[in-house]
Amino acid sequence: MNTLSDIMMMIKRNLIRYTRLPQLIVFSTIQPVLFLLLFTYVFGGAITTPIAEYIDFLLPGILLQTVLFGSMQTGIALSDDMSRGIIDRFRTLPMARSAVLAGRTITDSLRNMFVVLLMAGVGALIGFRFQGSWLAALAAFGIALLFGFAFSWVSATIGLSVKDTETAQVAGFIWIFPLAFASSIFVPIETMPVALEAFARWSPVTVTVDAIRALSLGQPVGDLLWYSLAWILGILIVFIPLAVWRYRRRV
Amino acid sequence: MVSGVSKHFGAVEALRDVDLEVDPGTVTALLGPNGAGKTTLVRVLTTLLTPDSGTATVAGFDVAREATALRPHIGLAGQNAAVDEHLTGRENLELVGRLYHVGKRAARARAQELLEAFDLTDAADRRVKTYSGGMRRRLDLAASLVANPRMLFFDEPTVGLDPRSRQALWKEIEALAASGVTILLTTQYMEEADALADRIAVIDHGHIIAEGSPAELKARVGGDMVEIMVVDYAKTPAAALAVAPFGIRPPEMDIHSGKVLLPVESGVSVLASVIRRLDDAKIAIADIALRRPTLDDVFLRLTGHAAV
Repeated sequence: MNTLSDIMMMIKRNLIRYTRLPQLIVFSTIQPVLFLLLFTYVFGGAITTPIAEYIDFLLPGILLQTVLFGSMQTGIALSDDMSRGIIDRFRTLPMARSAVLAGRTITDSLRNMFVVLLMAGVGALIGFRFQGSWLAALAAFGIALLFGFAFSWVSATIGLSVKDTETAQVAGFIWIFPLAFASSIFVPIETMPVALEAFARWSPVTVTVDAIRALSLGQPVGDLLWYSLAWILGILIVFIPLAVWRYRRRV
Repeated sequence: MVSGVSKHFGAVEALRDVDLEVDPGTVTALLGPNGAGKTTLVRVLTTLLTPDSGTATVAGFDVAREATALRPHIGLAGQNAAVDEHLTGRENLELVGRLYHVGKRAARARAQELLEAFDLTDAADRRVKTYSGGMRRRLDLAASLVANPRMLFFDEPTVGLDPRSRQALWKEIEALAASGVTILLTTQYMEEADALADRIAVIDHGHIIAEGSPAELKARVGGDMVEIMVVDYAKTPAAALAVAPFGIRPPEMDIHSGKVLLPVESGVSVLASVIRRLDDAKIAIADIALRRPTLDDVFLRLTGHAAV
């Protein structure tokens, strides 16, 4: 009961910060919109996809890229709180040990939800057409958000393991770029060198993007959804305890 | 309360076999230079760090084994005022209250009480970002008091504050001490320890090197010094001889500059007598000053090295 109320308090605190720092929301929205527009109009013409319209191929990918990049904020925000001593205060309070982290990752998922819905809107404006059922749409959004939630815990672990906020930013980007680009977010993976293609095919990003893509194009999803959920579950099982451990051990 | 506590970070020994006793209802100052281990000790005592060896009990709870039970009884105000800049002062205090699980209404009432007590009512609904350093420190102090803890830890509470804010904060700490809470504060300033603490523990390289009341400690390191400059340098030895009975040790003198340094127990009480005696002895003085021992003096005497 207390744990739940602690988590709610942390979410409330984080959300108040967003209302006080609207530029944070603005910039975390502009970046994925830019990606969407750049890829559609700069690279889109040069990329051949199995789907007639590149935007129909790209948008599901961009949604996932948005939540993936958005999850980086978790680590940055935590390391910022840490450098300001706020985490120290929380750690001396009789609150649930997991509440700071849970509050943070849930807040970031809420922000991801907002940005993802906005992206879908922008996508619709530039020609994206959703071809699946309502249920498929719901599943597509749900899986994207779950994916972001899982990676928030990865990001939290990194943010709690580095010394300062700058390092958290750099360290957050290093692993995210190969993961995002060596995947089916922007291009079909079939043109990649064999080893890279193998990596890309089984990466959590590709299986999830392919699942979302199938759902939004009204195509059969097959096992993709299960692969994706398995990855999400696996990441959560590994990184929740890891992040909580880093949080407790933090000097 | 603390017995044989050690803590290292890699090869660095931050605390080495620390023993410390803090009596309930008193103010103890942990005095030492940067890097002496003050903050590490406070972090051990506030459950932020577990010691490598030794045991520490606060308010009857073992800090390592009973951390969860202990936390409701302690408050910490750190050197970096740990309040959220983007929340208002009131929101910060209410948040802390809620995290102590006191309930919404109680948290709100307590926040209001503390805002009034710390003279922050006018700024209560402004973001902390707009607060001055002194106001932040007061809010941080208020945040540590939300749950009426039995034991308070202040880690360098006045570092970086202007003299007026520092005085104001001292007053707050004195008032808290008068209300009967136990306080452990860390400081680099002898005068701060002197002004606030009942007992002082001097810490250096992770080890407590001296402990006692401010008077005892100052007496050990020489207490106050009366510094006398005579007009006629030839009379320097005569002046030293004349004032010697007031000192706790024989005075030092320098004939080439006409200076006499007299270590005394408490400067103020003997200053008048010293002047009168010199006047009686017809020794004209160019200058007379009272010097309080600084942290540097304390360190020099206790460790043979300067406090850096």
